[in-house]
Amino acid sequence: MFGLARKLADAGVLGLNKRNAELIMRLNPRHLYPRVDDKSLTKKLALEAGMAVPDLYGLIRNQGEVRNFQEIVAEHESFVIKPAGGSGGDGIVVITGRSKRKRDNFRLANGLLITREELEHHISNVVGGQYSLTGNPDIAMVEYCVKFDPLFNDVSFQGVPDVRVIVYRGYPAMAMVRLPTRSSDGKANLHQGAVGAGVDVASGRTLGGVLQNLVVDEHPDTGSLIGGLKIPNWEFILESSARGYEVTGLGYLGVDIVIDRDLGPLILEMNARPGLNIQIANGMGIVNRLKRIDEIYDPAADPATRAQVAQREFVAPVPERPASAVA
Amino acid sequence: MTRRYVFTLAILLTVTGVGMFLYKWQSLGFPLSVQQQTPTWIVETSIRFDAGRGSIKVNLQIPTLTPGFERLDDYAVSKNYGFGVNYVGTRREAQWTIRRASGPQTLYYRIVVFENPNANQSDITPPFPLPPVINEPMKTAVDVIVEEVREHSADAASFTAELLRLANDPSPNPNIELLLADAGGRAGFVQTMTTVLAAARIPARMIRGIELADQQRQADIVPWLEIHDGDRWRYFNPATGEESLPDDYLIWWRGGEPLVSVEGGSNVDVGFAVKRYYLDTMEIARQRAARDEAVLVDFSLFSLPIQTQAVYAVILMIPLGALVVVLMRNVIGIDTFGTFMPVLIALSFRETQLLRGILLFTLLVALGLSIRFLLERLRLLLVPRLSAVLIVVVLLMLLISILTHKLGIETGLSVALFPMVIIAMTIERMSVVWEERGPGDAMRSATGSLTVALLAYFVMGMNWLEHIVFTFPELLLVVLAAVILLGRYTGYRLTELKRFSSLAK
Repeated sequence: MFGLARKLADAGVLGLNKRNAELIMRLNPRHLYPRVDDKSLTKKLALEAGMAVPDLYGLIRNQGEVRNFQEIVAEHESFVIKPAGGSGGDGIVVITGRSKRKRDNFRLANGLLITREELEHHISNVVGGQYSLTGNPDIAMVEYCVKFDPLFNDVSFQGVPDVRVIVYRGYPAMAMVRLPTRSSDGKANLHQGAVGAGVDVASGRTLGGVLQNLVVDEHPDTGSLIGGLKIPNWEFILESSARGYEVTGLGYLGVDIVIDRDLGPLILEMNARPGLNIQIANGMGIVNRLKRIDEIYDPAADPATRAQVAQREFVAPVPERPASAVA
Repeated sequence: MTRRYVFTLAILLTVTGVGMFLYKWQSLGFPLSVQQQTPTWIVETSIRFDAGRGSIKVNLQIPTLTPGFERLDDYAVSKNYGFGVNYVGTRREAQWTIRRASGPQTLYYRIVVFENPNANQSDITPPFPLPPVINEPMKTAVDVIVEEVREHSADAASFTAELLRLANDPSPNPNIELLLADAGGRAGFVQTMTTVLAAARIPARMIRGIELADQQRQADIVPWLEIHDGDRWRYFNPATGEESLPDDYLIWWRGGEPLVSVEGGSNVDVGFAVKRYYLDTMEIARQRAARDEAVLVDFSLFSLPIQTQAVYAVILMIPLGALVVVLMRNVIGIDTFGTFMPVLIALSFRETQLLRGILLFTLLVALGLSIRFLLERLRLLLVPRLSAVLIVVVLLMLLISILTHKLGIETGLSVALFPMVIIAMTIERMSVVWEERGPGDAMRSATGSLTVALLAYFVMGMNWLEHIVFTFPELLLVVLAAVILLGRYTGYRLTELKRFSSLAK
């Protein structure tokens, strides 16, 4: 048992206790949390910093405003409802279209129909705080539904795949893509059964994938190879992520980015307590990279420079598995 | 920097906690185990005499330093008499006085002592005695004896042993015979020995005490010999010269003074009655601390009303439950619903007993959960829904109690001991997790909660632990220190070893 712990420590694997005590408590001052825990505020700050975010259609702040829902989505065929204070993808409903016969019936990402009343009940729950981290009343956000890039068509089952970049003191340290599966119910959340695939920070190419801590080469639903995909606009993604440090002030930050077919990379949300599964997806511990960033840290560097430095520093080791065909 | 503060604080807390604990345990004698009992004796002295015409003054020698025993309490029972205790040198004298009395009088003095091997044995170091004034021909006899014994001995102890051997010789030499000619009884014998020892410049005195036995209506005074070897007092059996004290020997007084002196009375008769009983060690410690006015005890739990004490006996176990939760979550890495929900469940298990507690709890949560899923269809707002679940839980408790009662299973009644608000919250959270993350996650967290609750139950249910925490609440400072230290534990959680096992190269 202690032998295993030693091996993990040697491999630079970050554990939850260490993440909480030495990274989050040290680098993420609590007063900055609202900037990421309230997603509507994150969106506002990101917009002010000139970053690309999904369009906000409207906010529902309290029970009385739930009736505005119909009005907010009147012009839109597809949209996403999410709790501003939610975590881990809980409470997010993705509407991809409307029933042809009846406009008040909405089509969910999995193809099922849902009535407006049901949606409004969901919004009531959101506003009531069912999904918020603290259980306090929350805000429901209705925003643009990302039309995801066909690049990921073969390796995701419904839902929207997203890119997660860990940014340490402003430097991108590690990245992965999260691919929804049937069992994750279209959510890009690893512990709900989505596939995570490491991404080479240097090149933006996907490495192998993991499903529930197990290494997988193929997507469980589509059967396509996961590795070797080139993520478009990688430099821009890295730079936007690095800019997340200026926007939030958090030294240990997870930036979630989706790639829209038409609009390119959009910042979806940021996270002050990013999970540790990214290490499994990349097949390596993150501690050594964090140490390296401490060595090369330059307070004067701008986001673009930091992204370049990260690209130069963090080249994925040559994969032990045979490289997959490039898409 | 933070690390140093944390360690300093933890050490400070531990030292304070353990220090207070040691003081109460070692110095005040608080017991470590639950039913520890200490042999305790009541010795009652009764003084009977016929009152004379004038005023009466009665002096009784009473114990001061009693090696092997500690005084818990002593008091006098005497109608209409004035009573006081006088310290005369190292002796204590009880004194009764009355202006006028008639007929036979009885005065009682009672002392309660308990066995304490560590009881103070120290006494002042006496000065070298002056050479006793002895008349001839005794003086020559004493000188010869001292000279002879000195030849055969090396120090005070061996001198005493040798002297006693000579004196007890069945065919004594003429000097001894001369010396002991006037000594009446054992007390006289010991008194003579002290004279010879004084002539040899060895501090010595007679001690008198009683051998405590289970139950004695009439205990005898046994004289013994005590000498000081310049370092400490040593006890010698005057009959054999052996250095020892009899078992359970309570030293009543030292020196040659008579046990009792009565002015203004006649036909004096003194009796000792002894009774042994067993007293809770806890009780002794409390009484003793109260007598010494130890602040720690005055401010301890024992100063609270009994009912409040019973409540605190439970409350004081909660920190240990919290410690279990910390260990389970931060070191083992088990998921639970709510941080301290398992502790509260464990507390109710204490009342319901384990097996039926688990059954009732599972039943309650399962029923509540199914009704919660029905409620989901009504699309209630969050707070009203939570309240509805709470009401349903209360009704379910009622239902279970009534049903089991009708079925003749009285144990079902204990369902009411569950913290209903906590159960309602558990049901709500479980149903949300169930819908969001699937039944697997919900069941895993539920199992985790129950496992932690079980562990907390076993830890909080240990009787000896409860006794120790209740008797020494300062040990909770040590628990606090442990929790603070665990708060800086940055190693892997046990479950993470499995989770990240693919990364171990």
